[in-house]
Amino acid sequence: MDATVTTGTEESVWGGGNKPLGASYGKMMMWFFIVSDALTFSGFLVSYGFSRFKFIDIWPIADEVFTHVPFFHGNYPMYYVAFMTFILIMSSVTMVLAVDAGHKMKQSKVVIYMFLTIIGGAIFVGSQAWEWATFIKGDYGAVETKGGRILQFVDAETGERAALGDFAKTLPEERIKHEKSEGIWFVGEGYKTSYSLNEVVEGFKSTPNILIRTEYLNEDGEKTVLDRKESLAKIMQATQVVEGANLIHNEYGSRLFADFFFFITGFHGFHVFSGVVINIIIFFNVILGTYERRGHYEMVEKVGLYWHFVDLVWVFVFTFFYLV
Amino acid sequence: MAHDHKLEIFRGLVKFKSNTQKIWGVLVFLTIITAIEVAFGIIKPKALTHNYFLGMKLLNWIFIILTLVKAYYIAWDFMHLRDEKSSLRRAIVWTPIFLIAYLIFILLFEADYVYNVFHDGFLTWDF
Repeated sequence: MDATVTTGTEESVWGGGNKPLGASYGKMMMWFFIVSDALTFSGFLVSYGFSRFKFIDIWPIADEVFTHVPFFHGNYPMYYVAFMTFILIMSSVTMVLAVDAGHKMKQSKVVIYMFLTIIGGAIFVGSQAWEWATFIKGDYGAVETKGGRILQFVDAETGERAALGDFAKTLPEERIKHEKSEGIWFVGEGYKTSYSLNEVVEGFKSTPNILIRTEYLNEDGEKTVLDRKESLAKIMQATQVVEGANLIHNEYGSRLFADFFFFITGFHGFHVFSGVVINIIIFFNVILGTYERRGHYEMVEKVGLYWHFVDLVWVFVFTFFYLV
Repeated sequence: MAHDHKLEIFRGLVKFKSNTQKIWGVLVFLTIITAIEVAFGIIKPKALTHNYFLGMKLLNWIFIILTLVKAYYIAWDFMHLRDEKSSLRRAIVWTPIFLIAYLIFILLFEADYVYNVFHDGFLTWDF
């Protein structure tokens, strides 16, 4: 026995036939999800803004942090992120073209465009992984003070950043990585730095053309460089060497910057990754002819909405993390 | 449904012949905006970084406005909100805008207050 009673009024206004928003159930729910996900992302971005406004005069300058392009040496701020942005917008375009081909019931075209979208997404996720790796590895190295502030080094003559290796002394001392199993169990070194604090401090004292750059921004929006005398006094406050960035230490400046970088781009990257997976599923469904048999390609449209949303979020992340 | 597309952008200034053409047109527009943003980000003109409006650098205002323009065209043309009923569009757009504007207002004011406490209060965090 069928439990559903058909009254024959489903198509009338009071029988549920009215569609005030003119969208199917699935599409409505995708929009509901996107709105709530947009609120999640704005929560993250606004809390990034909170931390930044809280430390407005010491916040790292993104142009100085993200300066690398794969296979090229040198200082190229922004170019790689701009490339990533373009890739994502481009994959958004192929996605709309897939939706458009779906409306016209052109199966083979949908297949091609979906494939290109997946490739674009994969390139983006790969680029992000590379950027994470570069950020974690670090480039110049710095020392951290007791208060958790970062001191970086510059060459007094050129004004260029100086790497720890440029001036640190090699002392005849033996260093061992502090494991959790030895001594105080809850203190462990995640990684062993290339130079000990002692080597950096001694090297700094004997190299007169190296100055310290603090986190503080001056009126021109650049980091303040101390003179030699102030630098010598400041280096005595250093408690440890920092190379690269993780959730606790960050050679680029405020550790919150690294935390938010990992959290926000990580959450976005996770969205891109799941977008790629969902796109692959739909891609195979298109190949198998599922939607051809169903008579419409609305599923492609719904995935498309999600994919564009990921692009939309990146536009904001790009602005607030790399530009502003 | 979305089978009939509105093919005008910039309030009818540019009209495309087909939906596919409109997509490429919007791509060109978005690429130009991104290029402008990147160029500004690298050059950083002094006139824009040393003048402030409502406590924020003019350059940052430009970035944020260009971002909102990009977001508008992604939502309107790629997510085809332009072709949806206005009731659905308003429900989707204004709800988050209201909530996010409130969130920004309340958190940034609070952060500025915390900054002032750190700056002027009897406590030090840089030692």
